[in-house]
Amino acid sequence: MIRTLNPSAVPHKWDQITLAHGGGGLLTDSLIQQTILPRLGNSALNELLDSAQLTVGDARLAMTIDSYVVQPLFFPGGDIGRLCVSGTVNDLAVSGAKPLGIALSFILGEGLSRSTFDRVLESIQQTAREANVRIVTGDTKVIGHGTEETIFITTAGVGIVQYAQPLHPDRIEPGDVILINGYLADHGLSVMLARELPQVKSVIRSDVAPLNGLVDVILASTNDVVFMRDPTRGGVAGVVADLAQRTNLHITLQEDAIPVRSETLHAADMLGLDPLEVANEGKVIFVVRPHAAASTLEAMKSHPLGKDAAIIGVVEKKPDGLCEIRTSIGGRRILQKPYGEQLPRIC
Amino acid sequence: MMISLHEQARYWIDRLHAAAAKLSRPVQFMEVCGTHTVSAFRCGLHSVIPENVKLLSGPGCPVCVTSQGQIDQLIALASQESLTLCTYGDMLRVTGSDGSSLEKARSRGASVKVIYSAMDAVKCAQATPGRQVVFIAVGFETTTPATAVAIQAAHRLGLKNFSAFISHKLVLPAMRALLRSDDVRIDGFLAPGHVSVIIGAEAYRRIVKRYQKPCVVVGFEDVQMAQGLALLTEMVNESRMEIVNLYPQAVSARGNPRARQLMDDTFQVRPVSWRGLGLLPHSGLALRDRFKAFDACERFGIEAIDVPEPAGCRCGDVITGRCSPAQCALFGHVCTPVNPIGPCMVSSEGTCGAWFKYARGRALPQEVFA
Repeated sequence: MIRTLNPSAVPHKWDQITLAHGGGGLLTDSLIQQTILPRLGNSALNELLDSAQLTVGDARLAMTIDSYVVQPLFFPGGDIGRLCVSGTVNDLAVSGAKPLGIALSFILGEGLSRSTFDRVLESIQQTAREANVRIVTGDTKVIGHGTEETIFITTAGVGIVQYAQPLHPDRIEPGDVILINGYLADHGLSVMLARELPQVKSVIRSDVAPLNGLVDVILASTNDVVFMRDPTRGGVAGVVADLAQRTNLHITLQEDAIPVRSETLHAADMLGLDPLEVANEGKVIFVVRPHAAASTLEAMKSHPLGKDAAIIGVVEKKPDGLCEIRTSIGGRRILQKPYGEQLPRIC
Repeated sequence: MMISLHEQARYWIDRLHAAAAKLSRPVQFMEVCGTHTVSAFRCGLHSVIPENVKLLSGPGCPVCVTSQGQIDQLIALASQESLTLCTYGDMLRVTGSDGSSLEKARSRGASVKVIYSAMDAVKCAQATPGRQVVFIAVGFETTTPATAVAIQAAHRLGLKNFSAFISHKLVLPAMRALLRSDDVRIDGFLAPGHVSVIIGAEAYRRIVKRYQKPCVVVGFEDVQMAQGLALLTEMVNESRMEIVNLYPQAVSARGNPRARQLMDDTFQVRPVSWRGLGLLPHSGLALRDRFKAFDACERFGIEAIDVPEPAGCRCGDVITGRCSPAQCALFGHVCTPVNPIGPCMVSSEGTCGAWFKYARGRALPQEVFA
C-alpha cells in the first residue's frame, strides 16, 4: 500500500512556545494557523505574503513588518542594522513595491554600550542610503539587564506598488521558470558559525543586502514576472515547497544548477544542515513565464547582486503539490518545508 | 582530462546495475552510519539503484539507539534546580515516555544548552560555578574521544560542578549482534566513515572473516556511496569477502591510535542496553574508577531503569533492518516530524525522519515518482 503523507495534515499539538516555533518552518506555520489567523485573520492577513496589499483610491500600497533578534549583533558580512533595513526593503521589493518610508523601533538592553549602538545606527544609515529609503519614524525602549549586549529591532515599511501585473502564487502556471540571483545559505551559516563556533575561521560572509535595485532592473525589463519571494528563514526549501503546495503543481529543481559555494556546502555538511533550508538575506526567487526566462537571467546578471544568478527549476503540470530535486547523480528526492529550529547534529 | 563527478557517479551506478543483473538472488546491504542514511536520501541514491539491491539503515544514529529509560532519565534530570544540561542538538526533540522532551522542558524553564563540542560543557561549568553542569555524552567512537578530553580536562581542573551522563556505545558489537540474529539478512556493510577514522578499516576484519560479509569503508559523497554499493555487489557475485577502503584520505588501516588510547585511559567496556538490540555485552562504555566522580549517574543517584518503548513504535526494528519505516503503523500518521513518537523520526540522522523528509514517506522512493 502506498500512503500519501502530508506533513501539515497532522496538526501539531503544543501548549508552550519552543524556540522551534520561531524557525520559519512547519511549527511557525502551526503557530500562525492555530492561534493568530482564527482571531485576527482577514482578507489581507490571510494571504500570508511578504507584504499586505492595501488599496487607497487608485493607489496600491504594500505594508510589511519584521523583528530582528539576531545574535551576535555583528557577523561576517553584516550586522543587525544592515539586516533590519534590508529585510524590510526586500519584503516591499518582492511585492513589487517602491519603499516610501521605514519605521524603526528599538528595544535596548540596559548596559548596552554607546559605541555598539552607534555602530548599529551607522550601519542603518549606510544601508538606508544604499537602498535609497528614509527612516521616517521610530521608537526606543529600554529593558532590564541581560547577560549580553541586547538590541532588538522591529522594522515596518510602507511602499507603493508600481508593477502593472499582480505578483501572486495563484498566477503560477505549468512551464513557469524559477530563478535565483546567486549563492545560497551564506547568511545563515555566517551567523551560525559566528554565534556557535566563534573559534572557527571561515571565509563565509552573509549576503545581507537591499535588493530593491536589482528587483527594479528586472521589473523594468519584463512584464512576465509572476511571483517573487526572498528565501529568508526556512530557506529556498521553505519558499519552493510552499509554492508547490499552494499551487498544487509539481516543481522540479536541478541540484547541479543551484548555486552554493563549496566552502558553504562544507560548513553546512559539518553542521549537518541542508543549504536549501538555511536563511538568506540578499536573495530573491523569481518565478517568470518561460519565454522571459533567458532575458530575465541576462538582466539579473547585469546587476552586481545578480551576477551569479541561475535558472534552478521549472513548474510542471502534475497536480501533486510536491517539490522534487533531480540530484547530481540522476536521483530524485523531495524537498519539504523544514520543521523549525535548525539543529546541528552529533557527528 | 578531469572526469566530472556526475560522470563518475554514472559510471558506478552503471557498474552496480551490471553487477546486480548477475545476482542469483536479491541482496541487502546495510549502511551503519546515520550520516550515510541521510546522504543516501539527499542524493536520491535509493531511486537509482537496481530493484534487487536494497540498502538498509543500521543502528548508526546515536540518538536512535539510546534506550527509552535513558531518555526518560535525561528529561527528568533537566528539571532539577540549579542544573544545566549540555547536549548535542540531536537529543533535544527526542520524546520521553510521557510525551515530554528536552525541548519542551527548556520551554518550561529548564536550563538546556545545545553545544557543539564536549569541551563547551566544561567551559560552561567553569563559567557557572554555582550550577551543576551535566554533559549528555552520546555517540559512537566518533564522539567518545572528545568526551574523554572533556573528562580529563575536568579532572585536571578539579571541577566539582561538572559531570557527564555516559551513553557511549561501540559500533562493532552492534554489527556482530545483527549478524547473529536470524531475522534479518545482511549481505555486506557500507562501513561507517567517521567511526572508521578512529577504529581503522582493519577493525572489520573479524566481521569479514567470521561472518563472511564484505565491508566497504566509504565517505559521504554520493559517488563514493554508489561505488561502495557497486563493489559490494561485485564481491557478493564473486564470493570475495574483503575489506575495501574507499575513504583513505580520512581512514587508515589502523585508525587513530592516539584517540583510542585516550578512550582506553578514560573508559572501560561494559554491557549496555540498545534500542532494538537489547542488552549487549561489551558494547558500551563507562568511566574508569579514577574518573567516577564525573559520572552524572553516581552524582545524582540515577539508577538504570527499564522502560518499554512507546506503544506501537517500531524504531527498534527500523534501526536493525527488520522493517522499513513505512511498515510501522505509526509512521506518518501518528508519528511525524512535528509530532514525533520515536527517536528515528526526530534525529537529523534518523531513518524515519529521512524517509519522511526526502521521500514523503512512500514505501519505496521509486514509487514516489512512478
